Formats: sequence, C-alpha cells, structure tokens
Amino acid sequence: MSESLRLQAVKSRAARPALQIGGTKYAWSHLWVAALFLTPSLIIFGIFIYYALGFNIFLSTTSWNFLTPDFPSVGFDNYIRLFNDARFWRALGNTAVFAIGTISFSMVLGLLFALMLNEKIPARGVLRTIFFTPYVTTTAAVALLWVWIFDPRYGLLNAALALFGITGPRWLTDQNWAMTALIIMNVWKTLGYTMVIYLAGLQSIPRDLLEAAKIDGAGRWASFRYITFPLLSPTTFFILVTTLLSAFQVFDQVAIMTQGGPVGSTIVLNYYIYEQAFVNMRAGYGATISTIFFLILLSITVIQVRLSRRWVHYQ
Amino acid sequence: MRISDHLYRGIIFIVLAASAVVVLLPFLWMVSTSLKPDLRAVYQFPPQWIPDPIAWENYPKAWNSAPFSRYLFNSVFTSVTVVAIQLINGCLCAYAFSWLKFPGRDWLFLLFLAVLMVPNEVTIVPNYVTLSRAGALNSYWALIVPFMATAFGTFLIRQAFLQVPSDLVDAAVVDGASHLQILRHIMIPLSVPTLLTFMLLNFSWRWNDYFWVLIVTNSDLLRTLPVGVIAMRAGPEGGSNWHYMMAATVIVLLPILALFIAAQRYFVEGISRTGLRGG
Repeated sequence: MSESLRLQAVKSRAARPALQIGGTKYAWSHLWVAALFLTPSLIIFGIFIYYALGFNIFLSTTSWNFLTPDFPSVGFDNYIRLFNDARFWRALGNTAVFAIGTISFSMVLGLLFALMLNEKIPARGVLRTIFFTPYVTTTAAVALLWVWIFDPRYGLLNAALALFGITGPRWLTDQNWAMTALIIMNVWKTLGYTMVIYLAGLQSIPRDLLEAAKIDGAGRWASFRYITFPLLSPTTFFILVTTLLSAFQVFDQVAIMTQGGPVGSTIVLNYYIYEQAFVNMRAGYGATISTIFFLILLSITVIQVRLSRRWVHYQ
Repeated sequence: MRISDHLYRGIIFIVLAASAVVVLLPFLWMVSTSLKPDLRAVYQFPPQWIPDPIAWENYPKAWNSAPFSRYLFNSVFTSVTVVAIQLINGCLCAYAFSWLKFPGRDWLFLLFLAVLMVPNEVTIVPNYVTLSRAGALNSYWALIVPFMATAFGTFLIRQAFLQVPSDLVDAAVVDGASHLQILRHIMIPLSVPTLLTFMLLNFSWRWNDYFWVLIVTNSDLLRTLPVGVIAMRAGPEGGSNWHYMMAATVIVLLPILALFIAAQRYFVEGISRTGLRGG
C-alpha cells in the first residue's frame, strides 16, 4: 500500500464519529465487526444451550412423552415423584460411589507415577506416553474390550487371578462386583490424565526449594510431605474438580458394559436420564432428573470453590 | 552421586516399567484376541498370547460384517467439519473478546463462559426435541449444528490472542488493515500451537462421542465408528465372537491412537495447560 493510500485509510477512519455510551467511546468498525463475529456463535448457544436449559425446566413440569402435540402440565408432580423414586436415589448413590472410587485411585496412582516420572530415569517419554494412552482412546470401544477382559470364564482378568489360585468373581454380571469392574476400567482410563496434570504441577515447583531442603538434611518423605505436596495443592484441587465433574457424567461405559444392571447395581444418573427419556419415552420425567442433575453439578462446583479457599496454598 | 540414588532410580524404573506393562496388557490382549483363528482358540485356557496360526483374515471379515467404511466416513466427515467450523467461530469470537471494544463485552463473555458449566446431559432432551421439530434427526445436521460454537475454544484462543503485542496490532491499524486482516495475518499465525492443541483435543472429543450420536441417529448410514462397533455387537459376527469384535475394536481405536502418537506433544501440553475434561 502506498503512503498516500495509507494516510487516506487512517483519515477515513478518523473521519467517522465514534459512538458514545456512558462516557466510553466505541469505534463503529469495532461495533459492527464484533456483531458480525459473535452472532453465529450466539445463535448456536442461544438455541442449544440457553433455550435448551429453559425448555428443559419447562419439560420437567409436564408429563410429555415425545408424541402428543401438547404438553400436559403436571406442576411439581415430577419432582415429588423423583423424591420418592428409589431408583433415582440408587443412581445418585452409585454415581457417588463410582466418582469417589475412580477419583481416589486415579489421583493416588497418578501422583505416584508423576513423582516417579519426575526423576531422572531412562525412557521417561515412552513411559509417559504409555500411561497416557488409555485416556485418549474411544470410551465406547475400550468398554467393549473390557467386557471381554471381565469375561468370567475366558477373560484376561480372571485368567490372571487364576495364576494366583484365585477364582475371580463374575464381574459385570455379579451385582456385588459390577461397580468395582466399572471403577477398575475407569481408573485405567483416567490415570494418565491425573498423571499428566500432576507432572505439569511438579515442574512448576522451584528446584532450589527442594535443594535447600536436601542440604538441610530433609529426606525424600519429609520434602514430599512438607514441600512438594503442599505446593501441589492447587493442582490437586484442580484435578479433583475436573475428575469429579466428569465422573458424575459417566455414561458410555455403563450403557455398553452393564446397562445399569445387574439389579440396578450400576445405574448412574446419566444413564437413568437416558433410560427414562429415551427408553421409556418419559421426556418430562427425564428432564426432571436432568434439571436436578444440573443443580447437583453446580453445587459440587460451588462447594469446591468454597473449600479451595480454605485449604489450597497458592504460591 | 551416591549409590543409594542409583539404587533408588533403578527401583523406580522397574516399578514404572512393570506398571506400564500392566497398563498396556488390555491393548495386547485386544490385538492377540483379534488374531485368533477360531472360537476354540479364543476360549483356550490358559490363553495363548501369540495365536497359531495368526488369523489376519479376521480384519477384513470384521470390516465387512458391518458398513465400517460408511462409519469411518461419517466419523471423519462430522469430526473434521465440526473442528473446522469451531476453529473459525472460536477465532472470530476470541478476537472480538480480546481486541474489539463494544458495549456489553464483559457481560457477553460471561454468557460464553457459563456455557462451560452446562453439561451436555442437561440439554440432551430439549436439543433432541429441537432437532426433531426441525426435521433434522437422523441427518448430518444433527451431528454438526449443535456443536458449531465453542465456549472452550473461545476461551483458550482468547488467551493466546491476548499475548500478541499491541504494537503489532497498532502498526497494522496504521497500515489500514481491516479486522479480518489483523486476525488472519497477525493473530492466527502467532497462535498456531494453541490452535493446534484446540483442534486436536476437540477432534478427539468429537471422534470419541457416543451418547449424542446414539440418540440422534438410528440408521447405519449415519452412525459413526463408536456407535457402529456397538451396533455390530448385536449382529451375527458380534455376540461372543470375540476375535471379530476385537478386530473391529482395533479398527475403531487405530485412527485416534495414530493421531495421538503423531501429535503427542500437543495433546499432552494441551491437557496439562487447559486440563479440561478429566476423563
């Protein structure tokens, strides 16, 4: 662009009066470009998030079944029914068990592996890749793989247990073991995630702090207990939030491996929504469960944010 | 260095290597089963890790037992389309929220961030109804349109755009560059690693999605690989024919594993930097 053209462009911009709202000036070019850039996304979010949230709450006050042209209103009946619905409470309890089981094992093992990988050892990169691989795989496909691993007679797990003279349980078809099986698979799958986040957290710990502790004669356990672990608390908290939220949303494994059975021992909230809305065609009741589900997730987040103020040490 | 340090690291290495084998075992078992010649070999006890003979023909057999080429096409087509559209929308919104001044900006940004708090499950019934009313169930529209905007991408890309030195932008403005030109020639080239991370994470989420595809499609013409392989389980080659099922599972997992290994750095960096979605 030649000098004169450039000047002309700047001049023409300056010539247009700016829009003034409450003492702040806005350039017209900013206004219409922002509108142009944001509108497509706002339309999508408007329909599929905000309208959907409102519509979901509306549906929860109806007994709609996807078929009738009108929405038969039932007021708060669905919520009252939910409160007395034993299967809903079972689903809530199971979801909590699944979340706590998965998170505790996945966090402890993830932290252990991260600490070990943080040492100067051979093949670090390869080992890290191996631990992380299950996390990126397709849940539906690996769920199928684990159905085969948990096969009571010919599966890998019971074959391995047989080596130690243990007769393995019937896993997915035994109501006392099905949830354990789901947790084992999910720990295997999410371990790499907690490990990678912990590794990132470890790398942000200042080396000289650990060196100083070593000079002062602190052993490995002491420097972990008094330096590393407290400094990792924001990381721990972050992992807790993300894994808790995602464990509460578990669906694929349950749908593929157990369908909530046997005898409701693995029914989880998300699967219960699916079952009511899309298997039993109770759109209204399904919407009621998902509204409550949303409130539960929101309160988990709020509680976690509150708690974090108490025990997370930021540097 | 003291001897105890060497010993310590040696023990750590052995523990890690042993754990790595345990983590890999399910995959090895999957490949081993997928190559077994018949059910007798599949159900042999104790299991034989290297099948004899090796039945490579299980793979074409599994591939032909269901319309896998169609599933593969659907997976690639919907994932690539969604990632491309999200990338465009993400960049546009990120630019607006980082370099444009307009009234209500903070308020609108909050509206975007709030989307991150809404889990898919809460919107699944109403969105199903919306798409059904639009006559879009069982079509590519249903697999693409609801995912065209991205709160996560907007947030992530905005962080990268904010790192761009304002001198560069000022100079471009003096040169008479339009906002689209600033976006294309300054913002995007300077944010390539972030954009790659976003594309990869997002691609893997779309590729791995099961719930939504299961609900809005009911024909083989539209199923993606994850839903397709589960549908195959109900067919004649499914059920307890684990050698075929595992061959199909390998087929489903291969593309995403190959992508992960090729672009590992961006995956791992992306996860540890953004940390979103814990499994």
